[in-house]
Amino acid sequence: MASVYEELLERANARWAQLDKSDTPWIRVQGGTSGQAAGSDEVIAAVRSAVKTAGVTANVTSVSAIGLMYLEPIVDVKMPGAPRVLYGNVTPEFASEIVEKHVLSGQVITDKAFAYWGDRSSAPDGIPHIEDMPAFARQTRIVTRNFGTTDPHDLLHYVASGGYSALNRALHEQTPEGIVNEVKASGLRGRGGAAFPTGVKWSFLAPNKAPVKYVLCNCEEGDPGAFNDKGILENDPHTLVEGLIINGYATNSTHGYVFIRQGHEIPINATRKAIRDAYEAGLLGKNIMGSNFSFEMEVALTGDSYVAGEETALMEAIEGKRSTPRFKPPFPAAAGLWQKPTNINNVKTISYVPSIVSNSASWFKSTGTETSSGTAIVCLSGHIKRPGMYEIAMGMTVREVLEEIGGGVEGGNEIKALQTGGPLGGVLGAEAFDVQIDFDSMSKAGAILGSGGIIVGNEKTDVVDLIRNLIAFTQFESCGKCFPCRLGNTHMLEVLDRMCKNEGRAGDLQLIEKVGMNMKVGSLCGHGQLGFNPIASALKYFGDEFEERMSGSLAPAGSFDDGSMIMPTRTRP
Amino acid sequence: MTTASRETGEKLRERIRHAISSQQQPTVTVLSSLLAVQDLLHYIPDEAVEEVAAFSKTSINEVWSVASFYTNFRFTPPGNVTLDVCWGPSCHLMGAQNVLKAVQDELGLNEEATTEDGTVTLRYSTCLGACANAPVVAVDHHMRGRVTPVSAAQIAASLRKAPPSH
Ligand SMILES: Cc1cc2nc3c(=O)[nH]c(=O)nc-3n(C[C@H](O)[C@H](O)[C@H](O)COP(=O)(O)O)c2cc1C
Repeated sequence: MASVYEELLERANARWAQLDKSDTPWIRVQGGTSGQAAGSDEVIAAVRSAVKTAGVTANVTSVSAIGLMYLEPIVDVKMPGAPRVLYGNVTPEFASEIVEKHVLSGQVITDKAFAYWGDRSSAPDGIPHIEDMPAFARQTRIVTRNFGTTDPHDLLHYVASGGYSALNRALHEQTPEGIVNEVKASGLRGRGGAAFPTGVKWSFLAPNKAPVKYVLCNCEEGDPGAFNDKGILENDPHTLVEGLIINGYATNSTHGYVFIRQGHEIPINATRKAIRDAYEAGLLGKNIMGSNFSFEMEVALTGDSYVAGEETALMEAIEGKRSTPRFKPPFPAAAGLWQKPTNINNVKTISYVPSIVSNSASWFKSTGTETSSGTAIVCLSGHIKRPGMYEIAMGMTVREVLEEIGGGVEGGNEIKALQTGGPLGGVLGAEAFDVQIDFDSMSKAGAILGSGGIIVGNEKTDVVDLIRNLIAFTQFESCGKCFPCRLGNTHMLEVLDRMCKNEGRAGDLQLIEKVGMNMKVGSLCGHGQLGFNPIASALKYFGDEFEERMSGSLAPAGSFDDGSMIMPTRTRP
Repeated sequence: MTTASRETGEKLRERIRHAISSQQQPTVTVLSSLLAVQDLLHYIPDEAVEEVAAFSKTSINEVWSVASFYTNFRFTPPGNVTLDVCWGPSCHLMGAQNVLKAVQDELGLNEEATTEDGTVTLRYSTCLGACANAPVVAVDHHMRGRVTPVSAAQIAASLRKAPPSH
């Protein structure tokens, strides 16, 4: 008798062949949150209506986003027997033209296509292969391997591209201890900020014999400038679901939660559908794939609270309370969610697991650096020519990412400052651009890799104003439990606000440094402990710009002529 | 109070109770119940605080403590549509302050609030998650990226004419 997996794979292959190998044209429109912002909803509607009007038979699918967000909305046309052709910055009007010319008459619109993808021997004239585009070629796509190609809402697409073979292998060929050891040996470190070795974390939970144990996946992703966690959930949710089931098996856990902030409908809906479909296919629930392992999974939504991303505050939120951090110890592996033994990892961390189980620890270790194996999924935004989401081997330099992938600054001027690792990360100046992107080098430079957000500021960037923006965020988001954090952030914001109005007072910098040190020693979680980081790193690279704001001699800078900024004023009661 | 408005009150409570008791996910909490109400009504009326407390067998104070903590909850009815404008650092560098200013001017507001005619509620967002296409605004959670002060003001103006979406 064929196994659960074999049957599923057979169905998946049949479905994929129907689309990919058929005589019918296949039009893929890339979606996602960023795609929607660029207008992909309107584009797919235009494609559908043009197909109808033209009376052609074509499969039209909304697929995941490839990460080249500067080219969105992206439409990808595959004519029978030909390689895929990708069009960028498509408007609804141009979408109709694509259907009329390319799909109906087989005529590639060469000057408007940015790449083709597939067999090089049947290359359409005058269009580069996608692997000849630096923004694509310089990537090492492990977690993002299916991005741009599959429909995130279709389990069979995932299976047809190798999905759930790792789970099948884990359940039938590997022991839980074997997997924990494999993850340890891979050198995988947490992608949620603290870079803790994942296998070691799992080994705290695994031996605990409690009858109910939880594995949590953290997609709070409140860091402005980071969108790769939601990116994974909306573009390939089954990668995460498969990883979390393996996480559950390896640690003998019973329940998994995927924790997402309300309002982000696209990743929430994709994850919920993936979980539902996994249940239906026998990949979740009782005796998964005919094994002895049973495991339940659901999505838990949180309200808006940045600190809810902190691991113990997250548990409070799943329990339905105010998301404020707990004292540690006890640590989650001993008493976490509802006081039960618990493990928590970031979305990216878990999403590497299926690839590690399929390909081995040494395969994973062969990418990246000695102490940071694998890849980093970076999110480029701000004054950069090619903003997007890119998966790169750890060890590439910041400059390589900015220039080769990002294409440098829009308008050709210089990059002045980078904000990395979210609002608790840092601000880097040009001296640091040759630093390698890996956990340790980035921390040494005074920033952190954190969740992978890199926000680029051009030469006109007012660093003091940028720092005020970050501190306005941390002030707004302080949960209020520890008063050094609540008051300290308010205090720092007051000082920065007057600096932006060129009303800095003698001793202001020493004052906020003292406040920052108090926050560091007097706060329960990273929000207060690391709250001074952005200022400290900015002072390191741009100290003189802060000094200038003391003199009162400059014209007011900042966001408006009077140096003021529009921001929320509310603090948590 | 007239009979009619009391009936509305009871009807409102019924709708709230239905939203709370028909949550799909296995784990139901005070927070998940409040989120269900917010999804339904787009704000949390006093009645909802009471109903969530009763349903969760906890006190009104406990429910308030949760509702007042998460910044997405609102306690007055919003306008017909909600316009979120992001002020996070990516959008900030790409000109979000000028976008905010233009939207405020268009709507005649100088803070997070609802227009006088009750059509549009303006909210500031810390990050909408579409940073690569900054600056970003969202109309009832639907993202609109690469906006300028002019195009954002046009979006705001068009929303004043839009029929209620909820
Ligand atoms: C204020 C604060 C916010 C955080 N937000 C997140 C978040 O949004 N996502 C995340 O994965 N980790 C976040 N973390 C880190 C988590 O506490 C935790 O270290 C992480 O989820 C563990 O996963 P990892 O080992 O896979 O990195 C945050 C920490 C702090 C102090």
